[in-house]
Amino acid sequence: MKRRYTISVFTENFIGILSRITLIFTRRGINIDGFTASESREEGIYRITIEVNTTEAQVIQLSRQIEKIIDVIKAFYYVDDEMVFQEIALYKIPIESIDAGLEVVIRQYNAKIISAEKGFVVIEMTGHKKDTQDLLEVLKDFNVLEFVRSGRVAVAKPMVSIDKYL
Amino acid sequence: MNDSKIRGAEIVIKSLVAENAKFIFGYPGGAIMPVYDALYDYMDQIQHILTRHEQGAIHAAQGYARVSGKVGVCIATSGPGATNLITGMADALIDSTPLVCITGQVLSQLLGTDAFQETDVVGISMPATKWNIQVRRVEDIAPAIAKGFHIARSGRPGPVLIDITKDAQVALGDFNYVPCLNIRSYRPYPKVPDSVIDEAAALINKAKRPYLLYGQGVVLGKAESQLKAFLDKTGIPAACTLLGTGALSEDHPNYVGKLGMHGNYAPNLLTNKCDVLISIGMRFDDRVTGDVKRYAKQAKVIHLELDPAEIDKIVKADVPVLGDCKVSLEKLIEKVEKKEHPEWIKQFRVLEAEEKRVVVGNDISPTKIGLTMGEVIRHINEFKADDAILVTDVGQHQMVAWRYFNYKTTRTQVTSGGLGTMGFALPAALGAQLHDYNREVICVVGDGGIQMTIQELGTIMQTKAPVKVVLLNNNFLGMVRQWQQLFFDKRYSFTELDNPDFIKIAEGYNFKVQKVDERTDLRQAVAEMFVHDGPYFLEVKVEKEDNVFPMIATGSSVEEIRLK
Repeated sequence: MKRRYTISVFTENFIGILSRITLIFTRRGINIDGFTASESREEGIYRITIEVNTTEAQVIQLSRQIEKIIDVIKAFYYVDDEMVFQEIALYKIPIESIDAGLEVVIRQYNAKIISAEKGFVVIEMTGHKKDTQDLLEVLKDFNVLEFVRSGRVAVAKPMVSIDKYL
Repeated sequence: MNDSKIRGAEIVIKSLVAENAKFIFGYPGGAIMPVYDALYDYMDQIQHILTRHEQGAIHAAQGYARVSGKVGVCIATSGPGATNLITGMADALIDSTPLVCITGQVLSQLLGTDAFQETDVVGISMPATKWNIQVRRVEDIAPAIAKGFHIARSGRPGPVLIDITKDAQVALGDFNYVPCLNIRSYRPYPKVPDSVIDEAAALINKAKRPYLLYGQGVVLGKAESQLKAFLDKTGIPAACTLLGTGALSEDHPNYVGKLGMHGNYAPNLLTNKCDVLISIGMRFDDRVTGDVKRYAKQAKVIHLELDPAEIDKIVKADVPVLGDCKVSLEKLIEKVEKKEHPEWIKQFRVLEAEEKRVVVGNDISPTKIGLTMGEVIRHINEFKADDAILVTDVGQHQMVAWRYFNYKTTRTQVTSGGLGTMGFALPAALGAQLHDYNREVICVVGDGGIQMTIQELGTIMQTKAPVKVVLLNNNFLGMVRQWQQLFFDKRYSFTELDNPDFIKIAEGYNFKVQKVDERTDLRQAVAEMFVHDGPYFLEVKVEKEDNVFPMIATGSSVEEIRLK
């Protein structure tokens, strides 16, 4: 049975590591639904979060293949219940669309205007994909000029620290 | 200025010398010229073999690595030189062969500008290497080479690529070689937990029809004597994969044959009759399993394996024994009971007799007019030394030679297994021979494959390596033709070859030559080949349309193996 998994990868900061990781997915024809990378708590160790919709057998294989990469320290995989995660979305709305209705929507979704430029404003919302997608649907009445959503950032609930693998 | 500083190119060579590399297989060109210039001063410390094509260089390095157990080294220039190595890297990766490949790269300020002979070899080689790196600073050269050797030879071995820009090669730096012993993100030898050993031993001890499959992992893990001791104690029948061949002498009483599409009848068929399947250092290639949904479903599987990614990849292991198989076997030997399985082994022998009657007799002692590949191998067995090394290419001759060659010791089988690279044999045989001029190296090759790297006859000529080349010529791409006959309604689409006069070509390269097309001349010709001290080229015109059997057709189960 396919479901959503998040693979959390800890790596050395090594040129080419992202390519090596993504090759594992492309070779098997598996779509990556979300991908983020940043430095972890440990200096020099990077943390890559990959979202993928697949079976448990496949996600185990993917994690093992990722761990096989020399500069990967550890790869964990989790289902959504085992993670606390968040995504950020930005919506670009033309000035002309701004009216009292927009204020209601922004309050309702706990979103905020983070920038007002000549001709448009940028609204930001963080949350799960469903929430940011809902807001997108509502904002369509306000003529969304651009929309972008980040990959997932996530921390795991199980208390396993990467220190153990260093 | 400190005059103890040396050029990056010299650091490359001194690093290779520090790693005890005896040979470099290579081909010069613009971006690697500083390294070749440095090499000029080190000819007494390291031997460079100039092949005729970079693919030849890397296959030769593979042949050397397979036979010696050491890391093969090859060098090429940037661009086309580097891309010509790719097939060999892919081959070495899938067959777990330790290689360090060094390529020159354009000046670092020209990277990404489409400079002359610039190619992104780090990008291209990524899926074909265990690890790769581009070095742009002289101080990074020695650490990269040290790390490369460590990665190539440790754990499950594989090829690494080190791409060095020309400016790093000419820059001056200090040489202070520190071998790499540990990389914090890399754990090549998982520890074998005792609980798993107990579980495996318990399964083995109560098994009625246990069956052992061994692969190249036994050779790579240097666990041949442990395998033998384990079999001696447990009495379990054992079969080998293509690359595991030779890890156990075929004269061993528990040896029951070869696995896979063109392996033996009994070992394939009885895979679906055993109750406990012990697989050691093999990865359940699809050519071994046939239809995996109908593979050993009745058996409990114990998988001794070094690479965690191989566990459960194809066949689910009931007891995964992750770790060095030498260590695991030593622990297992302690815990298993002394047993014999005569009734069970007899089942193998009955089927073996059936295969002999239907297939083997006609293959190795034919009565029909045309010469068979099998009878050539029979005569090779007659004259070869026990430790002779057989190097084969890919196709019908590869399967026939593998089936009938009498393997007595380890590291005597060199072939392209996982990738199936035609053109592998000739250069690989050269590499194998260079490791030891006193060992017999027999290169059995087809008329298709030899023409993919035939230029390496020149390298054999130049090195005077006494390789015995046995060309089994049927003027066909025989394996493809066999499939066309069996599965494509005999539509022989582009498989027949108009071949050159191979004898003239080999003579042109100074080989002692012999051509045989009559059975009456065969034995004598093979005998003469073995007594000749130097490169030898024997062409045998074999039956045009022979097929290799037994065979497990793609998509069939191992128990559907056909004898004809």
